[in-house]
Amino acid sequence: MEDANVSHPSPSANRRLSNLAHHLTGHSPAMASENRSSALSPSPTAASYGAAASVFAGILQAPEDPILGVTVAYNKDPSPVKVNLGVGAYRTEEGKPLVLNVVRKAEQLLVNDPVRVKEYLPITGLADFNKLSAKLIFGADSPAIRENRVATVQCLSGTGSLRVGGEFLARHYHERTIYIPQPTWGNHPKIFTLAGLAVKYYRYYDPATRGLNFHGLLEDLSSAPTGAIVLLHACAHNPTGVDPTLEQWEQIRLLMRSKELLPFFDSAYQGFASGSLDADAQSVRIFVADGGECLTAQSYAKNMGLYGERVGALSIVCKSSDVAARVESQLKHVIRPMYSNPPIHGASIVATILKNSEMYNEWTAELKMMADRIISMRKQLFDALHERGTPGDWSHIIKQIGMFTFTGLNREQVAFMTKEFHIYMTSDGRISMAGLSSKTVPHLSDAIHAAVTRIN
Amino acid sequence: MASSMCRGIIGKGRRAAALGRSMSTASWWGHVEPAAKDPILGVTEAFLADPSPDKVNVGVGAYRDDNGKPVVLECVREAEKRIAGNLNMEYLPMGGSIKMIEESLKLAYGDDSELIKDKRIAAVQALSGTGACRLFADFQKRFLPDSQIYIPIPTWANHHNIWRDAHVPQRTFHYYHPETKGLDFAALMDDIKNAPNGSFFLLHACAHNPTGVDPSEDQWREISYQFKVKNHFPFFDMAYQGFASGDPERDAKAIRIFLEDGHMIGCAQSFAKNMGLYGQRAGCLSILCENEIQAVAVKSQLQQIARPMYSNPPVHGALLVSVILSDPVLKSLWLEEVKGMANRIIGMRNALRKNIENLGSNLSWEHITNQIGMFCYSGLKPEQVDRLTNDFHIYMTRNGRISMAGVTTGNVGYLANAIHEVSKAT
Repeated sequence: MEDANVSHPSPSANRRLSNLAHHLTGHSPAMASENRSSALSPSPTAASYGAAASVFAGILQAPEDPILGVTVAYNKDPSPVKVNLGVGAYRTEEGKPLVLNVVRKAEQLLVNDPVRVKEYLPITGLADFNKLSAKLIFGADSPAIRENRVATVQCLSGTGSLRVGGEFLARHYHERTIYIPQPTWGNHPKIFTLAGLAVKYYRYYDPATRGLNFHGLLEDLSSAPTGAIVLLHACAHNPTGVDPTLEQWEQIRLLMRSKELLPFFDSAYQGFASGSLDADAQSVRIFVADGGECLTAQSYAKNMGLYGERVGALSIVCKSSDVAARVESQLKHVIRPMYSNPPIHGASIVATILKNSEMYNEWTAELKMMADRIISMRKQLFDALHERGTPGDWSHIIKQIGMFTFTGLNREQVAFMTKEFHIYMTSDGRISMAGLSSKTVPHLSDAIHAAVTRIN
Repeated sequence: MASSMCRGIIGKGRRAAALGRSMSTASWWGHVEPAAKDPILGVTEAFLADPSPDKVNVGVGAYRDDNGKPVVLECVREAEKRIAGNLNMEYLPMGGSIKMIEESLKLAYGDDSELIKDKRIAAVQALSGTGACRLFADFQKRFLPDSQIYIPIPTWANHHNIWRDAHVPQRTFHYYHPETKGLDFAALMDDIKNAPNGSFFLLHACAHNPTGVDPSEDQWREISYQFKVKNHFPFFDMAYQGFASGDPERDAKAIRIFLEDGHMIGCAQSFAKNMGLYGQRAGCLSILCENEIQAVAVKSQLQQIARPMYSNPPVHGALLVSVILSDPVLKSLWLEEVKGMANRIIGMRNALRKNIENLGSNLSWEHITNQIGMFCYSGLKPEQVDRLTNDFHIYMTRNGRISMAGVTTGNVGYLANAIHEVSKAT
């Protein structure tokens, strides 16, 4: 998976960029011709350059984000049989986005509340939302919550929670390296690098079995320096859908605690993986149960369908309530110069639902329905490939968990499927099961069959 | 038992975790100091904790009506009704809502701006004004790593935090003149001339925060001219468009002057105050480029900065802004309501000044009505502010900044009296 390479340009790189930009931008009428060469220099202290020239003239266009770029390409395609299996956003059987009924209800309550105002939230976000989010992931009976040892701040979905957590670690933690699984969500390396951490990888996916490389994982974490940070996907690993079993999680926990490795959980799919919120939180809870510290990033983008509202939370479980209070005060200092305080709308919806037991139950039912539909798509795709006699073992489709399947298809096969069958997916072979329906499963399996038999 | 053996063997409490329970009592964060409270937001916290029935909050810059109540604009209520339950909540593109950006640019650059028609402006939706400034600061650091930013003295405290966290070195330039409680124009012009060519300057487009002191139109023209001579980069923070004079076009005058003079400006816009959307975090960052190709490139790079920060911006506030500004009826309603808010504040400035003068103060209070926007830089010293708080339960930041939005016909007399009391001894 390629990420845009954005390092700080050196002076010679600047000159190369300037020259390239010169060719790209051509002859702009706005540019003062006599100062053209220095106009392209990015150095602000260069001798006077043309009044109409931009100091950012040397900038090249960034490549499309590999994941979000898939939807861009899909939208441009006029084919009536196109299928978008790129972004992990849930779709109904009819291929439509879904706003949960309980979310609509919560919105109506908010809109009709004449007392409600839209003032700034505190820097740490909506207090109710924070408490309820901690309960959701750690369990209502969690000793860490009872003992007031958890610092929770509202953030902008999973991305924002990871970024704020990463920045906090870069400033206040003694180890500046984070280990992330190979492969992982494409945005992870960028988030942590920009937060100020060094990124290293631990083995995770085994292409041979299309399952977990547990031995490699344990080896790599064993050889990590004491105290290193380790990113863990709480459930429904993105992009592979491969999760450790509970027994494997327990071994991971023992190893990590013995090496004082700091767990940083990314929980983007709680409830979406198995259909059960509690089951999907087990990995996090066994770590919290042993009394140790950890960080957890939560997202409500998928499990409440709140994608664009950017709702999430970062929790840091600490040894004592005194420490948790100080940690919270420092988190504010990361947030304030980034965006001052988080957006109110999405968090209000979540809090409304979580605090009302009837609405909470409605939500869990709708969540289970989404998870069940995805599980059924897995079965249908598996059966369809079996029917076609597509060569290879496709059992990983039903073994993998959550929104994504790591098909094992290579770049060439993916490109072929896009070109010939108008299937849009990321080049690493990941497909979003949420984008499939009973109607499109046949077309996708035809495409996979063709790709596997014609391209190797 | 097993754990104490383990402790003995390995020698550290922490290692006992290997046996399945973490016996260590030490935290990774034990060394973390409690962070200093935010000076502005801390004022409201203290106010809320005060039981006195006379208390007045003239701290944070959030608008209040004449009853001291927060306001949701009618145009916003209407927009909320229209969007609730209708649309999906899908991810916006990384650069945010195209519609919202279009409308924001028209507001800042002019409805008929050629620059918009020629697609020369790189623009992304941002997390209100803070988010817009931060994106720009990160962008400036990434692509012009040797540049620094000149920040006015004084300025909104968070400006310093933003550019510091972006690792952009800061310098300051003279702005406020304590003796006149107005603009120190001579020193400002000197600083502009003495800065190295091509320096980056942070300018408040209107209603300077915290002083309320804005350059006159002529002064803006001189500043713009000098910026041309020096090839400085003007970055405008426009958080109060419409709020200063009541007329958004008039409040954008400084920006329009710079555009006429051909500057390639950057601009942070916020809808927190002028649309009362505070908690929605609705804003826009724009950077004027030489041509469309460049604008596309710059926008793509801004998106690369947003993606590892929050992926894509929140949709709700963007919808509200788009709906209001693109519907002529709602837009006129908004313009009326903004004018109403600005007028109430101007009225309170007049009332406060008059009240203090009528009490017989022999100090000059004309700065109260000369200054513009939400804030009045009273000239009161920290000790005097402390007296206001301790003796009179009046809450404001210790730099003497009064949020005029917190002044009402109900409390203006009380406030005037208190100010007179603490200042007359000087």
